[in-house]
Amino acid sequence: METFVRIMDTLWSTVLDVAPILLVLILFQVFVLRQTIPNLKRMVLGFVYVVIGLDLFLVGLDLALFPLGRLMAAQLTDPAFLGATPGPGGEPMVVWTDYLWVYVFAAAVGFATTVAEPALIAVAIKVEEVSGGAIRAWGLRAAVALGVSIGVALGTLRIVIGAPLPWFIVAGYVVVIGQTFFAPKAIIPLAYDSGGVTTSTVTVPLVTALGLGLASSIPGRSPLIDGFGLIALASLFPMITVMGYAQVGDYVRRRAARLRRAEEASVSEDGGKPPKE
Amino acid sequence: MPRALRSFLGLLLGAARDLAPIVGVILFFQLVVVQAPLPRPGPILAGLVLVVLGLALFIQGLEMGLFPLGESMARAFARRGSLVWLLLFSFALGFGTTIAEPALIAVADEAAKAAGEAQAIANTPEARETYALGLRYTVALSVGLAIVLGVFRILKGWPVQVFIIGGYLIVVCLTFFAPPEVVGVAYDSGGVTTSTITVPLVTALGVGLASSLGGRNPLIDGFGLIAFASLTPMIFVMVYGMMI
Repeated sequence: METFVRIMDTLWSTVLDVAPILLVLILFQVFVLRQTIPNLKRMVLGFVYVVIGLDLFLVGLDLALFPLGRLMAAQLTDPAFLGATPGPGGEPMVVWTDYLWVYVFAAAVGFATTVAEPALIAVAIKVEEVSGGAIRAWGLRAAVALGVSIGVALGTLRIVIGAPLPWFIVAGYVVVIGQTFFAPKAIIPLAYDSGGVTTSTVTVPLVTALGLGLASSIPGRSPLIDGFGLIALASLFPMITVMGYAQVGDYVRRRAARLRRAEEASVSEDGGKPPKE
Repeated sequence: MPRALRSFLGLLLGAARDLAPIVGVILFFQLVVVQAPLPRPGPILAGLVLVVLGLALFIQGLEMGLFPLGESMARAFARRGSLVWLLLFSFALGFGTTIAEPALIAVADEAAKAAGEAQAIANTPEARETYALGLRYTVALSVGLAIVLGVFRILKGWPVQVFIIGGYLIVVCLTFFAPPEVVGVAYDSGGVTTSTITVPLVTALGVGLASSLGGRNPLIDGFGLIAFASLTPMIFVMVYGMMI
């Protein structure tokens, strides 16, 4: 019963969230485009599915995963759990190696939440369709998830050692700009997009909880200043890994082609005969 | 009907597979690392069923509703050939989807708190509310303009990296001049603006436009709208922080 009430509450807020989009779509459809939509009934049903699906998804996450994830973030960042090195005055000192489990948890949660992110699934489906299967939905999602994983782990390390966020962001941008010149052209818009897509429904609440828990348990860190920035790093690194994914694929293909050519050449040198068909 | 049912069962299976890693991570850390028993297994199980069902429904609805809608509107605009209406639509879509975004509302409130404590604004509830609302309008405006610029780029077939690298250079320069308490918020606001419903719709719009114009590669020209929408808020929020 309680669950049902929550489903209805969340449904209402999801509908409110969708209302402006729907209004824009209907206004332009009715007053500007003035055309009949093919399969209107099916499309409306699809929209209803999207809203109800998102609603159930959010309520389920709130019931099953978020409380546990938040609790875990709090427990893992607790200096007592980590066995933090005591300083001269008995105060726990911040030694970055004590926080190993935090980095592991950050990387694992970053990867796992990204794989479950509905917006990324949507983009990956579209990409596989548009590229005619050349870019696999799973390959793209794994590359993005790896990027988020690195970004979040590095973000927690940054909070622990207290380095300024802009250093990391600027260094990341330099890598992105450098890769842009070398990566296959077709992947670039997609790689840039994947930065913004990754961080939504599933990733943001868990990652934010981790950042806030960490920033408030370490002396001298402010949750308001240091808690921010994990999301920024989580949207930066997927660009690097997606371009890297395409670069590695490209390299493997070229190498295979080069080996094949070399083999053909050596065969023709050996026998002086043309290579066998 | 049995075929539709079977395909939905396939979606359920796919959703369960998508969620397996996160369940595995949480179980591992709870049982092995923190070494605490699972609290309240009943609601957790019910919640997992809802999550799997919800994700499967969402993906089913995506293929039936959001993707075809975005693409059919893109084609209709391309047929009409009216640039003004297309750009107006792009702006309305970007602005409309962002202004009501719950994640943005949360970040704006946090940012107002940070600004109040840093004495950048008067630390009163009214001043904070004005600041947060101003921030939300700023971000929504920037996303609207981003979609307009991105759609214009698709029409012209300009390379996306010129804009994005240029934008990043502006972000890096602004970082030196913007007040420090707004920098983290600005970086994060880029990531939170693009919600789960906006992303499929905007992607379908871009791909639909690129494939209905002649001589465009949908992979190169159709993507990139989301990148624009996550870049411009960083610039606008830092400028907003400098002006206040």
